[in-house]
Amino acid sequence: MTTVSNEPWEAVIGIETHVELSTASKMFCGCPADGEGEPNTACCPVCLALPGALPVPNEKAIEGIVKIGMALGCDINEHSLFYRKNYFYPDLPKNYQISQYTFPVCEHGSVNVDVDGEATTIGITRVHMEEDTGKSSHVGDGGGRIHDADHTLLDFNRAGVPLVEIVTEPDLTSPEQARLYGAELQRIVLALGVSDARLEAGSMRFDANVSVRPKGTTAFGTRTETKNVNSLRSLQRAIAFEIDRQIAVLEGGGTIRQETRHWNEDTGKTTSMRSKEESEDYRYFQDPDLLPLEVSPEWQAEIRATIPELPASLRARYVAGGAEPSAAEILADTPDLARLFDAAVDAGAPGRAVAIWLTGDVTAYLRREDRDIDATGLTADHLVELAAMVEEGELSSTAAKDVLLGALDGEGTPRVIASAKDLIQVTDVASIEEAVDAVLAANPDAVSKIAEGDMKPLGFLVGQVMRETGGKADPTIVQQLVRTKTIG
Amino acid sequence: MTDLADLTIVEAGAGLRSGDHTARDLLAAVTTRAAVTEAHLHAYLTMDHEGAERAASAADDAFARGEDLGPLQGIPIALKDNMCTKGVDTTASSKILAGWKPPYDATIVARLRAGGAVLTGKTNLDEFAMGSSTENSAFGTTRNPWDTDRVPGGSSGGSAAVVAVGSAFGAFGSDTGGSIRQPAALTGTVGMKPTYGLVSRYGLIAFASSLDQIGPFARTVADSVTLLEAVAGWDRMDATSINGPVPPIGRSLDEGVAGLRVGVVTEFMGDGIDPAVLAATRSMIDKLSGAGATVGEVSLPSSEYALSAYYLIAPAECSANLARFDGVRYGHRATVDGTTEDMMRHSRAEGFGPEVIRRILLGTYALSAGYYDAFYGQAQRVRTLVRDEFAAAYADFDVLVSPTSPTTAFRVGERAADPIAMYYSDVCTIPSNLAGDPSMSVPVGLDADGLPIGFQVMAPALGEERLFQVAAEVERLAGFTARPWLATSEVHTP
Amino acid sequence: MPVDIDIAKVANLARLALSADELEAYGEQLLGILEHAERVQALPTEGVEPTSHPLPMVNGFRPDEITPCLDRESFLDAAPDSCDGQFRVPRILGE
Repeated sequence: MTTVSNEPWEAVIGIETHVELSTASKMFCGCPADGEGEPNTACCPVCLALPGALPVPNEKAIEGIVKIGMALGCDINEHSLFYRKNYFYPDLPKNYQISQYTFPVCEHGSVNVDVDGEATTIGITRVHMEEDTGKSSHVGDGGGRIHDADHTLLDFNRAGVPLVEIVTEPDLTSPEQARLYGAELQRIVLALGVSDARLEAGSMRFDANVSVRPKGTTAFGTRTETKNVNSLRSLQRAIAFEIDRQIAVLEGGGTIRQETRHWNEDTGKTTSMRSKEESEDYRYFQDPDLLPLEVSPEWQAEIRATIPELPASLRARYVAGGAEPSAAEILADTPDLARLFDAAVDAGAPGRAVAIWLTGDVTAYLRREDRDIDATGLTADHLVELAAMVEEGELSSTAAKDVLLGALDGEGTPRVIASAKDLIQVTDVASIEEAVDAVLAANPDAVSKIAEGDMKPLGFLVGQVMRETGGKADPTIVQQLVRTKTIG
Repeated sequence: MTDLADLTIVEAGAGLRSGDHTARDLLAAVTTRAAVTEAHLHAYLTMDHEGAERAASAADDAFARGEDLGPLQGIPIALKDNMCTKGVDTTASSKILAGWKPPYDATIVARLRAGGAVLTGKTNLDEFAMGSSTENSAFGTTRNPWDTDRVPGGSSGGSAAVVAVGSAFGAFGSDTGGSIRQPAALTGTVGMKPTYGLVSRYGLIAFASSLDQIGPFARTVADSVTLLEAVAGWDRMDATSINGPVPPIGRSLDEGVAGLRVGVVTEFMGDGIDPAVLAATRSMIDKLSGAGATVGEVSLPSSEYALSAYYLIAPAECSANLARFDGVRYGHRATVDGTTEDMMRHSRAEGFGPEVIRRILLGTYALSAGYYDAFYGQAQRVRTLVRDEFAAAYADFDVLVSPTSPTTAFRVGERAADPIAMYYSDVCTIPSNLAGDPSMSVPVGLDADGLPIGFQVMAPALGEERLFQVAAEVERLAGFTARPWLATSEVHTP
Repeated sequence: MPVDIDIAKVANLARLALSADELEAYGEQLLGILEHAERVQALPTEGVEPTSHPLPMVNGFRPDEITPCLDRESFLDAAPDSCDGQFRVPRILGE
């Protein structure tokens, strides 16, 4: 379900992404932040908001958000502030969330995504630090649905887990672009190692702000915010649904309400949760329990030094190294394979072939065997040797794949494996010529047909020579010799 | 023979180490004292007899083993009931927390325990420390031991009263706008608000986080040094606590004031100050001058606006701090047939008293869309002006002085119907809270009704050494030895 | 700025169930206090930075280390209502 481009409407989309940082402890207390264990067993006075408890910020979490900001090309504010965002909700223990408002840690970044090969830049407005809420589950006859529940149970294990919110400019224009943005953001966060970014587990989640307007106009339409989007596919579907819904409402003469909507994965629809205007006075003010944040230039430099090469740069480098763009993308997302790629290419192997092997047969093998690359026998040296043998014509590309599998199974170096499996090609023209002559002598009918101009038997003769040589003859040479000796 | 309950902490500690008495003797003395005085005062909300007995025995055992954890080992100390004590009722004098037993100790409580102190119980306060008379307690008003028709001040009125009367040797209170110093003034005790961040707030039930500070009540300046030293210092559980060395609080107690520059705050020496208070203040200023201090006048023009700024900042902060009292995880839950939201609304309306509701509403309003900048934002900027003026004054003076409270103790009910008159009780004390500076009240005399008068000394941030030096001299010059009638021997001799 | 208060809205934001009479009484008291508090607006404060914290300190971090949690019983037993190791509240939205 995508919006047809020739409709008279265009969509304006902004994405808010929440990323739980994978620190050992929570944002403002020493309780474990892994969110595991029995309900309410990772709780203390601070994250339960008992009277008298005070928040103390986790230094590692601040490093984490600064890394994200740097990876998104943001300005890092040397001075930023924690605010209280006041709203009552039973899963929010203090009934305010510690968040940021003016002066977030990071501002003004961007993410590049390619839509159908065309590069687009999505502006990042801000990246700010906050804390997660607890989890509520609705029990009773309603069977988990919030409106019909008899009562609600609250577990505060997740309350206070460090949460980074990444807010885009309203720069996105299509559901597809939104999905690609989400995917790229996930790659970046994973590359930084600051979060496990598991969408299905909620450690990375999206809210989509969507509005539509007549194509060519500049004023924004009324927007809705869709929550509970927990996969990249859902992000695309939810936005597409919402665009179509809004267009239908407007074309039917209705108006869009500014509201929060809930994405339902099962029905594939968004539904209204609550109207925004009645409750949205968060009364932000600077949290007096927390000091101003200062991320000094020296600290920034220390953090910057720990940032690994990011996916976009990796992809560009792999493409420059000869990999196809699709293979480069896989390599950039798979550090184990990328390491082998880099080592093999550095040692002189051709990037294109190595990338194809790693992202093709090797990946399939790892998946089939459910193994990590480190648990196989394959090394960068093997790839270098294998590539050289193919280049020299000693191995056919088909034979190379056999050898590769052998290397993965730990059978030795490519040359050892190729010899053992008797896969090394005969490239000696004299010995191939002998075989060709023998085949031509044995098939006079075919030879005379070709002389009469019927080229069909050519393939048959080449096949016969290959059979004669046990598949080891270099097929290029065979083809050439057969043609010369029959056509002339 | 002296009743042990009338000893100072320094004397009681010396007696413990010389074997003149035991910690159990001291505890028995204050318990006996309380048995008589509580009927008149209602200063304690909870007396933890069992816990105190255990602590006293432990202290005696420690002394017997030759272990000495510090000057408070074996000394009975009371705590304002807004400090969390593990397993012991902690209510902040609010119905919303009635019967709540915290699962953890406040840092100050942990430090007192670690120092061997005997914690007698929890003292009454204005609900959530909002008030200046202790009349806003959900559990009854505390009376002034000098005249039980009068208030002991507030919000730490219970702590002030128990120290004044001898049902504890010392006590801790919290001071957001004067809640230690004003009741100290009204009860003839020494009350001290340290530099913001010198004492951890972890486990202190918050009223206004950027202003709240825990401090001691004692009968002498030397005792208040002992109490403060036992609890001061950085705490990893409070991000706003000062991560640095504790100033040498009691180093210069005997140095006198010769050569020190004392600034008299013009704005606190005129309109609205009771003539008897003014006279006692001027008299002490003359004595300081006579003792060699250089006395001058200093004007702090923004202090006129400090009270207004305070009554926006403190309610704003409290409106968020008290949001957690919602009937979900602890405290009062209203019986409501409805949603959680209904339950929260009714729990809060039933659980909070009128002054707390008033301030929550005020703070919510001051932070709400459209009003933030005119009220809260402007108050924060006025706060900057107050700080700057204080900083400028401290360039010229070592300490500033003023009356602590504009009046002596007022009658129960006298100001209850007029919030603004009540708020005015803190006019001289609030600026130090806004600036984050240390400040203390020392008793200097009695008015015609026999009610004590407090003298306020203020110093710049972390200027505790100088503050206590001047306070000690004020104490010597005043020679204040009067005791409330409830603490005199006629009452306690059968 | 002239003081005007939509007291019902404020009480709603603060989640306080107050009767009409109570709202009226609090509204009047607040007006009185705010007229006093309004005086802060008389001071010229252009270019003055707001003070949120009395001392010039920054960060106040803790290291990323796990410290002991509370025993669940120590707080759940005192909760107004609980079930299966969780806090229990009435249904959340009434619609």
